[in-house]
Amino acid sequence: MSIVVLDNVKKSFGAVTVLHGVSFSVEKGQVMALIGASGSGKSTALRCIDRLEQIDSGRIEVCGHQVASADLDLRKLRLDVGIVFQSYNLFPHLTVEQNITLGPVSVKRMPKSEARKITADVLAKVGLADKASAYPEQLSGGQQQRAAIARSLAMQPKVMLFDEVTSALDPKLTGEVLRVIEQLADSGMTMIMVTHEMNFARRIADRIVFMHDGRVHEQGGAEILSAPATPELRDFVSNEL
Amino acid sequence: MDTALNLNHIGFLLDGALWTLVLSLMAFLGGGLAGFAVAMGRIAPQRIIRILTTGYVQLVQGTPLLVIMFVIYFGLPTLGFSISPLLAAGLSMTIYVSAYLGEIWRGAIQSVPRAQWEAAECLALSRGQRMFKVILPQAIRIATPPTVGFSVQIIKNTSLASVVGFVELTRAGQLINNSIFEPFMIYLIIAGLYFCLCFPVSLLSRRLERTGVARAQRIELVSA
Repeated sequence: MSIVVLDNVKKSFGAVTVLHGVSFSVEKGQVMALIGASGSGKSTALRCIDRLEQIDSGRIEVCGHQVASADLDLRKLRLDVGIVFQSYNLFPHLTVEQNITLGPVSVKRMPKSEARKITADVLAKVGLADKASAYPEQLSGGQQQRAAIARSLAMQPKVMLFDEVTSALDPKLTGEVLRVIEQLADSGMTMIMVTHEMNFARRIADRIVFMHDGRVHEQGGAEILSAPATPELRDFVSNEL
Repeated sequence: MDTALNLNHIGFLLDGALWTLVLSLMAFLGGGLAGFAVAMGRIAPQRIIRILTTGYVQLVQGTPLLVIMFVIYFGLPTLGFSISPLLAAGLSMTIYVSAYLGEIWRGAIQSVPRAQWEAAECLALSRGQRMFKVILPQAIRIATPPTVGFSVQIIKNTSLASVVGFVELTRAGQLINNSIFEPFMIYLIIAGLYFCLCFPVSLLSRRLERTGVARAQRIELVSA
């Protein structure tokens, strides 16, 4: 069963066309890596899935929601989709725990005590059990990113989107964030991640979608990274190494 | 005729200073409430509301406060509303302050990074929740130093209320001067009293700005 479907999605910013008819789908429990050069449209495609960008034409279906339709219930879509950004985007005026309980308490009307329990749970998952009362500015980049993942998880989404979540981190911090994502993949979470970490993609992704110039240029299992069918992917992979 | 400055005069001036403070507070509270509405209107999703509030801000910022006071104090009674000097001055100041504070606050709200809105949106928070739980708490920190700084302008501009017959500090000085003709001394005293009212506020503003800059730099470091 496909949880996320993009069907001939087109998107322009002014005169610049970023997506020239992108199609792919992700099954429940699958981990999909969206790779490609900067400017290939992968982040835009990801943002369209959570309706952070409105598409010009085509169809996007996420957990049964018609994302491009005018009568989409945005709130319900966002309850089903979690997203983590490159720049973490924790709320700087709130502690880690407050960052995490904000959604469950304000949106889901969950009692505070229950929200705290969930917070402890997700913080343990990302290895930050002792940082509940810290403010974001007291954490390292890797810790902030893990806290951001925990904040998303606390909403119990059906799909998680990761938008280059390690691009701002050094190799050591990248490692600790990737380990968290890997555990999440092992737990059966459906995930789409835009990433430049080829080895990581090769290891945990069930499907790899290579985007080039706003189109899906090549897709398949991890083997397409070792044996690219197109010169563009071959070029991209050799540059990455 | 006793023409020397005496304690009664000083008492009268201090009384005027007190009214200057009262009027400043009225202006700050009234202007703050209306200014919040202006800030919200300037960033409202509805175009028509944005256009109307922008027009209001342009109109008020393009009009001297003195003229606003004349319109309110001398103009309203011709329409059948009689209005006391205090109310006229308070209302005029409220209008004036709301346009400036509204713009200061709009700027503060818009300087909260776009990504914070998005993160809040992705947690399925409603527009109101995003505004009150995520954006405003951050905007308040950004807005505090310029808001306190603007309060100094409010205190000084209350002196214009003297022209509609409201006896605040400046008007009190004029009245005393009319009886003892010591303009240099009296207006120096008044200047000193205004300084005593304004200086602590501008000190506070400068201090807030320093701590604010330090905090902003920390946040920038973290999100860089």
